[in-house]
Amino acid sequence: MTKNLKVKIWRGGKEGGFATFDVPRQENQTVLDVVTYVQRNLDPLLAYRFACRVGMCGSCAMTVNGVARWTCRTNVSKVEKDGRLEIAPLSHLPIIKDLVTDMREFFDKGARAKGQFKGKQNRQDEFARVDPKSKERIAANAGIECIGCGVCYASCDVVGWRPEYLGPAALNRAWTLVNDVRDIQQTERLKVVAGDAGCNSCHSLGSCSERCPKQIEPTAGIAGLKMLVAMAALRGEI
Amino acid sequence: MTSSRTQAKLWYWQRASAMVMAVCVLGHLAVMIYAVRGGLSAAEILGRTHGSRLFASLYTLLVLACAVHVPIGLVAIAEEWAGWRGSKVTIGAGLFSALIAIMGLRTVYGVVAA
Repeated sequence: MTKNLKVKIWRGGKEGGFATFDVPRQENQTVLDVVTYVQRNLDPLLAYRFACRVGMCGSCAMTVNGVARWTCRTNVSKVEKDGRLEIAPLSHLPIIKDLVTDMREFFDKGARAKGQFKGKQNRQDEFARVDPKSKERIAANAGIECIGCGVCYASCDVVGWRPEYLGPAALNRAWTLVNDVRDIQQTERLKVVAGDAGCNSCHSLGSCSERCPKQIEPTAGIAGLKMLVAMAALRGEI
Repeated sequence: MTSSRTQAKLWYWQRASAMVMAVCVLGHLAVMIYAVRGGLSAAEILGRTHGSRLFASLYTLLVLACAVHVPIGLVAIAEEWAGWRGSKVTIGAGLFSALIAIMGLRTVYGVVAA
């Protein structure tokens, strides 16, 4: 284990550059520990985002040595190359400052993909009964643990090529909802996800599935959406 | 901006044409291996393809599948890599589709009938 890490960290906004810092190497050190060390000891003006530090909130995602990751759950030993780290903000999102990105577009796309649940029952009604072994419930379960960290979005080449593309997280959310038998806006959702910016723009490159820290496979959900919108188009529903 | 319905239709047309192409390409490979293994000359090959309905059907299907599949992919490439959008891209893709169909079918006609 090297004594010191050479850490390059992005400084500035869209226009900016990497600044290099020497950070003491420690056992069981996460990349978030490294960034925190820099901010607390070497450069207090460094801007970055984190909250829970245990992989629950999804706010500390950054690009580490070229790959989008949760920094709180990434041990330095897993990613350092010859004692070097390069830490940059997430791709495909406007940089506010240093390692902090503006995630509004990412969350707005979740809303545009009809990511809201809308049921028809009220609190006086009986609970809806959904068989845990049903096909729909199993499909929804596979995608429902998303915490909206943006790693898949930053890893998706199609988002880079086609900025209006809804992206893996929004489409994964749509997929969990089309499999929610209680939801009543299925046709509207299929119309949105079938459009220019929707599921048919996905080339199944699979970077989202490879890099999702929750091991969700948005590629599989998007493939499911493609099939559903094709069937809906054949039936003339969309 | 194309409608959701058009996008969905383009997707299944491209997928269906890819399936047809996959089968036709296997047939094409079999024809090529057969033709090359025996050391057939061009004249001998033409002698066998003339009047062959099977050959004509296989390659007509392949050409038509290409004419459907390629322009849909070209639109995606034009939009994503070149940033070209709108009706010009659609018209360009349509013309390219016609070009593939005309050149391909002409070739099939030349090999089978001429």
